[in-house]
Amino acid sequence: MMWKWLHPYANPEVSYHFAGKLLPWCTRLAFIFLSVGMVWALLFAPADYQQGDTFRIFYLHVPAAMLSMGIYLGMAIAALSSLVWQLKLADASAAAMAPIGATFTFIALVTGAAWGKPMWGTWWIWDARLTSELILLFLYLGVIALHNAFEDKSLAGKAAGILALVGVINLPIIKYSVEWWNTLHQGATVGKLGQPSMSADMFWPFLVCFIGFSFFVTALICLRFRSEVLTRNSMRPWVRTLVANEENKHAI
Amino acid sequence: MTPVSYRAAFSLIVKRDLMIAFRHRDDIINPLLFFIIVVTLFPLGIGPESSTLSRIAPGIIWVAALLATLLSLDRLFKSDHLDGSLEQMLLSPQPIFILVLAKIVAHWLLTGLPLILIAPLLAVLLHLHESSYGALMFTLLLGTPILSLLGAIGVALTVGIKKGGVLLSLLVLPLYIPVLIFATSAIDSAAMNLPYNGQLAIIAAIFFASLTLAPFAVSAALKVSTN
Repeated sequence: MMWKWLHPYANPEVSYHFAGKLLPWCTRLAFIFLSVGMVWALLFAPADYQQGDTFRIFYLHVPAAMLSMGIYLGMAIAALSSLVWQLKLADASAAAMAPIGATFTFIALVTGAAWGKPMWGTWWIWDARLTSELILLFLYLGVIALHNAFEDKSLAGKAAGILALVGVINLPIIKYSVEWWNTLHQGATVGKLGQPSMSADMFWPFLVCFIGFSFFVTALICLRFRSEVLTRNSMRPWVRTLVANEENKHAI
Repeated sequence: MTPVSYRAAFSLIVKRDLMIAFRHRDDIINPLLFFIIVVTLFPLGIGPESSTLSRIAPGIIWVAALLATLLSLDRLFKSDHLDGSLEQMLLSPQPIFILVLAKIVAHWLLTGLPLILIAPLLAVLLHLHESSYGALMFTLLLGTPILSLLGAIGVALTVGIKKGGVLLSLLVLPLYIPVLIFATSAIDSAAMNLPYNGQLAIIAAIFFASLTLAPFAVSAALKVSTN
């Protein structure tokens, strides 16, 4: 059937090795895209006619904010598939994503504050988008705290998954907050694929940066996913042989 | 044995919870006292000028209502979980949706309703604008059931954990923020004699969404917690 190719990945060992194969490629691509994109964005892209060079933090702020929502969506999809189809590995990937998403939300908030200080004259305002992004951070922290509160990891995954699904309602609120409420935060500039409301020589470095950050996040998720799988299966024979092999390698 | 109809099961659980609560009256009175004391702290801390107080009154009343609800949430499933009756309910042939909804309704009758009844009195103490009383009552009437519904999700997730109290507030308070924002903005608009039915409509939308969806999340969470 259509989904038959997916079945082998329900096995933790297969998934572990698949993530292991993905990891170096994502890391390399992230390194290439980020170094090209950052140099292009910070040195060669034209300065904004109103905001001058200050606007260059945009190349860090917007990818972080978009990924903070994207990772939450990914976590919620993983939580849903774990609750509906009882996939144990989906739990592991949701657990792997939560701290990364929380970090990116934090980065988005901090860079936003650093951008807001010269532009709006204040580090923080209680604007709809800032507030809902802050709620997103709280939701991430709640999911992480709930994960840590349970001894049993499979129970923890289910409980945190329910909370993550309840919090999904916040995503459209963040996405559309600048359109629903007329607030200080500027509207979307890159979301409109047909005619982005920024010039092409600003848009392309942004796209390269965004792709670079996406690969970076994928690499981090692979890394954390592997360690989640190992801790959850630490008593399985394949993990033991893996550890034994590693130890032999270091002994020689 | 004749099967119990859904309606009978619903009213049976509401009556049972009300009866248990009336036998432990402290459980009803303590969150109310907490609500009153928190509200009286603000004039003492900020100063008794009526213009300042009437400006911040909606926020104070709503934040105090959130915290009072949060304190009372523990009662929702904790004792039933400890004496095992929660598991019996989950095993009963009635859909869990109905049982959960009945428990939430009972919780609202015991905490939300007294808060609504006492709120105008506290509003007088805080010099709330005269034109805001209607908005205060409407937002509380639509908003406190949301607090019970969303709070039930948090309690259901943490009922199996030994020290769930602090964790509960971390889980539930972010979910309460939208209600707080729209409720206080409705009361503020009313104070300026502006229409506030837009905010009320949003609160009503949140109410109906949580009324239909929250019991599902609660029953899934209870199944996880009782395991």
